[in-house]
Amino acid sequence: MRAELQPKGLEVVTVALDLGGAEAAGPWIDLAKPEHPALIDQAHVLDELLGVVNVPTGVWIDEHGVIVRPPEPAFPGYVAIAGFGLPEGSPPRVVEMLREAAKMKVEPERYAEAVRDWAEHGSASRFAISPEEVVVRSRPRSRDVSRAAASFALGQHLHRAGHADDAVGWFREAHRLQPDNWTYKRQAWELVDPVLQGPSDQYEGDWLSDVRAIGAENYYPQPEL
Amino acid sequence: MVLERRRLTSEELERRTGWKLEPQGACKGDRCVPLPVGEDGMLDLHVLSERLGMELVHDADHHLWALGPESGAHALASADFPPITLPDRHGNPFSLDSLRGSKVLLVAWASW
Repeated sequence: MRAELQPKGLEVVTVALDLGGAEAAGPWIDLAKPEHPALIDQAHVLDELLGVVNVPTGVWIDEHGVIVRPPEPAFPGYVAIAGFGLPEGSPPRVVEMLREAAKMKVEPERYAEAVRDWAEHGSASRFAISPEEVVVRSRPRSRDVSRAAASFALGQHLHRAGHADDAVGWFREAHRLQPDNWTYKRQAWELVDPVLQGPSDQYEGDWLSDVRAIGAENYYPQPEL
Repeated sequence: MVLERRRLTSEELERRTGWKLEPQGACKGDRCVPLPVGEDGMLDLHVLSERLGMELVHDADHHLWALGPESGAHALASADFPPITLPDRHGNPFSLDSLRGSKVLLVAWASW
């Protein structure tokens, strides 16, 4: 998509939200051999500044630095969460997780067409919304959400400083205060169980249980395209 | 924003939150909020938290404080993309502002 749309004045920027920094995200970036800016957000700055709560998330920014679509689930031309086969003998929990992932509602072709329309027509695209609408469509920020961000920031700080055990309480507090923030949850679960993000002594939730609790079809809210 | 003390300078406030200290108080865009400043020019985190709606949490064991973002409205106070500089895979800083003049599709992902 980037090769197709760059001649029309659109640049793609990817940002990895990874507490593990280059050590965690770097191998994936190397594998992709990106020609676009591929950045790493070790402190989850995008969560706090823009209201990102899950990945993948897309944000559209016009030539003047104005957001024309706020953070929303974004699948620009691919689906990486389902549709591939599993080798025989895969752990049952992995099979269960992929069954749930297959129920998630994503429309990569529709999203990609919207991006193409914007690249072609710019501000005249029906998918580019007004600044007022951008603000209204961005996520509400209650006091609990603000406190969750502060708690998550403390947890990250402590984890990076080598106090992983002390970080857990702050991550748990962030999860309690903003239960629909999947970046907070998945980042913390991953530190305990990198592959399955399964049940642990540290956290009350886990990926499979929490996805089932909300219904996999609600995991990615449908963008208003 | 994590801090190792319960006060911060006006420069820190502006750099880390976008709120600029003016004679009438802390200002961001069209909004200004009266804000007392200590005799030493420092700002108290508790006052900031109360006046700007930024939740404050404290870790007594590690002597750390953290301020959350402003609450009460939406994650985006305006459609202007905030100044964000992030490193690439090799640690080289990249400013998103450097892409002014292009449309940008920013995609957040993660390895986890």
